[in-house]
Amino acid sequence: MSLTTAFFAVVRRDLILAFRRRAEVANPVFFFILIVTLFPLGVGAHPQLLQAMAPGVIWVSALLAVMLSLDSLFRSDFDDGSLEQMLLSSHPLTVLVFAKIVAHWLVTGLPLLLVAPLLAIFLGLPEQALGTLLITLVLATPVLSLIGSIGVSLTVGLRRGGMILSLLVLPLYVPVLIFASNAVEMAGNGLAVDAQINILIAIFFMSVVLAPLPAAAALKMSIS
Amino acid sequence: MESPEPQKISLEAKNLSCVRDDRVLFEGLNFKLENKQVLLLEGKNGCGKTSLLRIICGFREQDAGEFLWCNQQIADSNFYAEMAYVGHLDGIKKELTVIENLKMSLALSEAGKYSIDNALSKVQLSGYDDTLVQSLSAGQKRRLSLARLLITKKSLWVLDEPFTSIDKQGITLIESLMHEHVADGGMIILTSHHDLVLHEANVQAINLSECH
Repeated sequence: MSLTTAFFAVVRRDLILAFRRRAEVANPVFFFILIVTLFPLGVGAHPQLLQAMAPGVIWVSALLAVMLSLDSLFRSDFDDGSLEQMLLSSHPLTVLVFAKIVAHWLVTGLPLLLVAPLLAIFLGLPEQALGTLLITLVLATPVLSLIGSIGVSLTVGLRRGGMILSLLVLPLYVPVLIFASNAVEMAGNGLAVDAQINILIAIFFMSVVLAPLPAAAALKMSIS
Repeated sequence: MESPEPQKISLEAKNLSCVRDDRVLFEGLNFKLENKQVLLLEGKNGCGKTSLLRIICGFREQDAGEFLWCNQQIADSNFYAEMAYVGHLDGIKKELTVIENLKMSLALSEAGKYSIDNALSKVQLSGYDDTLVQSLSAGQKRRLSLARLLITKKSLWVLDEPFTSIDKQGITLIESLMHEHVADGGMIILTSHHDLVLHEANVQAINLSECH
């Protein structure tokens, strides 16, 4: 079978699996909503403060939600031997890993995109920043899945890889956080955000090209 | 079904050794496997049978020695397009149906002699098409992972304890499938504690406990 068939077969399979494990898949979104709602409770009813914090709060929460969902990317395939079978396929593992990342984003990144505007309004983010928030989420949540895939493939062989995973992955998320939340904040103040968006686009393309390769190599290492 | 004369293939191991935690599992292992041959790995538990299979699959690196596929280095050859592995882990997703699992395997490799329906009836799983794998028994899962071998076009089967949790009737069935594969010009490498009944086929046995 051709490489494209294999690619779409993997995406399709992961989407079916996600659908059959609905409860598990919904968790990151609920986590995202919960973290964002905790801030007003902790900080108190200071609309101005919340409004100023909104971009950062939403982005940090999105980061954590994606990170929590990362383990599911390869865990079950590793445990039941499906990963071994993928490794033995005559198709390049990099492409199959990329397919899994795409499916992961569709299942975790996309729902965040849908609830984020509601949460932004909830925190009082200025209306003119909503568009920018969506653009940064569209560009940067795939980056989170892509960079995360490297971390998970390194730690999937460890029994308790959770903590190491966050230590590995969170520092790599910093550039995304800086440019994305900064863009949203500037947009809220009515300033131009072209520079930040351009950098996010660059980060996006760079990670599309560069992330699946080390992830596939690390998976091979984890399996041995 | 009479297939055309199969392409000549061979797998050769030269001077292989495997060390695990400072313990030499085997060293100086040589074998050559050609069309219509079966390699049976024997030896007591922990003597490196599974390790050798994982080395053949490329999951582990051998500590010395080399493999040649059709006289070429594995990395330069089409080895992975030609080999299939059924190991301790089934490689089957329990949340997917029987058909969905087989379709996935088919998407990852070239279609073989049997269609999905034929393969399922061959391993006596017909009627289970749309059953989720989690409701199959251990033996049925094993049969499903062996059905994967039938629907894909692979000349080398690498089987790690294929008879685990399979009933007597199933064992006969698998032996006949293996026999058919070998008669078609395929090769099989397997580990098994079960006494193999493969008539005519050219079986080489290697006892890894003695390879020191």
